[in-house]
Amino acid sequence: MTTLELRNVSKKYRIRGSKEMLALDDVSFTLESGKTIALVGQSGSGKSTIAKIITQLETATSGSVLLDGVPIPRRGRALRAYRQQVRMVFQDPFASLNPYHTIRHHLERPLRLHHVVPVAEIDAEVIRLLERVRLAPDLVERRPHELSGGQRQRVAIARALASRPGLLVADEPVSMLDVSIRLGVLNLLAELQRESNLGVLYITHDLATARHFSDEIMVLNSGVVVERGAADDVILNPQHPYTRQLRDASPNPDVLFAKTKGASRA
Amino acid sequence: MSVTATGVTDAVPVSVSGRSFREGFSMFRNAKSITGLSILAVFTLLAIFGPLIAPYDPDAIDLLHRNEAPTWGHLLGTTHMGQDILSQIIIGTRGVMIVGFLSGIFATIIAVLVGVTAGYVAGAKSEALSALTNVFLVVPGLPLIIIVASQFEDPSVVLIAAVLAITGWAWGARVLRAQTMSLRNRDFIQAARVNGEPLYRIIAVEMLPNLLAVIASSFVGTVTAAILAQTTLAFVGVTPISNWNWGTILFWAQSNNAFPDKWWWYLPAGLCIALVGVALALVNFGIDEYVNPRLRSAGMRARALRKRGFKPSDGATAVADTRN
Repeated sequence: MTTLELRNVSKKYRIRGSKEMLALDDVSFTLESGKTIALVGQSGSGKSTIAKIITQLETATSGSVLLDGVPIPRRGRALRAYRQQVRMVFQDPFASLNPYHTIRHHLERPLRLHHVVPVAEIDAEVIRLLERVRLAPDLVERRPHELSGGQRQRVAIARALASRPGLLVADEPVSMLDVSIRLGVLNLLAELQRESNLGVLYITHDLATARHFSDEIMVLNSGVVVERGAADDVILNPQHPYTRQLRDASPNPDVLFAKTKGASRA
Repeated sequence: MSVTATGVTDAVPVSVSGRSFREGFSMFRNAKSITGLSILAVFTLLAIFGPLIAPYDPDAIDLLHRNEAPTWGHLLGTTHMGQDILSQIIIGTRGVMIVGFLSGIFATIIAVLVGVTAGYVAGAKSEALSALTNVFLVVPGLPLIIIVASQFEDPSVVLIAAVLAITGWAWGARVLRAQTMSLRNRDFIQAARVNGEPLYRIIAVEMLPNLLAVIASSFVGTVTAAILAQTTLAFVGVTPISNWNWGTILFWAQSNNAFPDKWWWYLPAGLCIALVGVALALVNFGIDEYVNPRLRSAGMRARALRKRGFKPSDGATAVADTRN
């Protein structure tokens, strides 16, 4: 059982010396293994900042991040242990894999860094990881540019799972993919989450998938959590005007279809 | 590229190191680079086997054949002392190539260390390294080299190369810093950090391969500059005139009023310098095309147009007649 707690986290960015921009304002929540929390909000609402703070690519200006009650270590062995527990899938699969290295390299590195399996079993583990994300084992010697977007994102997911983490941050994992393969990748994520009892922070701007794939939804606007609750409650009965605005902004096929039909008849 | 790579993996599993090795050199696999490298290869062979090929001792004085124009006995003529100029050029190649490449290697090492570090660290450290680079950029290279070289009675090849490197690394460092800064924020570097990769591995394994083309082109640029500087030094007589290189030949030609009548004395040496310069520039263009695919496709478009009878240099938009 792994628990990640963000306590009163704020993040200020300095813009050109004197000006400051408050990207996150007093955000608190708890992510537990086995649960999926969706973080929704429009671009610039601070979603990715939360991801960066959790993965320690950025440090919070104030507040604390606790893994099982312990603050994130700054460096050394302890930080590496934290990185083994908390992993991330990036938004753009075309940018998140090093174009110079093979798929094997990408999957092998976390295995070696975190001593997941004995050195002799690394090759077998790489193949096993590829099979877990439904990729053919003969892709191992390929380079990212030879793979499609969906395949690359599966590799990125395999890389994240390689260290056998307790928690996963998925930063808009399907927004850069073809519409036709989004569902496949999301279903894979959901399945892996169940299998490994992962805690997932699913960052998205798509309310429909947020509702479908998560237990809880948090709505973020300008760095402030404006609404949170069980997924169905937030979508079906939004309390905050921003949430309502978000919901109404996403295209609903039934409504759209009815409208165009009406328009053509008139 | 993807086609060949796919074919390879489908056939037999190839060792990882073999493939990265080959792909590391794929920037040299185009017509321009190959032409440049071939010319360089010829000069490298001359540098290695020069003493075996040279028909005469470059210092041998033959007072019976002084100031001779090219003949079958002396293919590039002789000096005022009857020394064979072809032999001087062949023997002189070694000095030019060694100093050029040695200082290119030194300068590239400094440029990578300073440039990549300045690009990866942030804040005051980066600014300090950047300031250092800028200082070396504006240091007037040649006068400094002349002052340093003239302090030594008989400066060794390594010393000359080192001095040329110290005055010549700054451009490479500048370009590498910019490139590293843009790489640092790319997702795959962030992903490596989330992996828990140590800093040295992020720089050496994740970043450096992606900087290879920039490093290679800065190396080529430094070699060109070093060869020019070294021949200049020999020409103005700062380095000992008894060590043969192409600049030394020009020094003797100049001091014996060879210009303009005794063309065989100064022209071949000058052409050799120009030829090596062209070869290095071609390699650089080849790398540029590899790094910047837009140039590559521009080259291909131009070739395709020429095949259909258009000149790419005509200002007008070419419209092919496809009616039949």
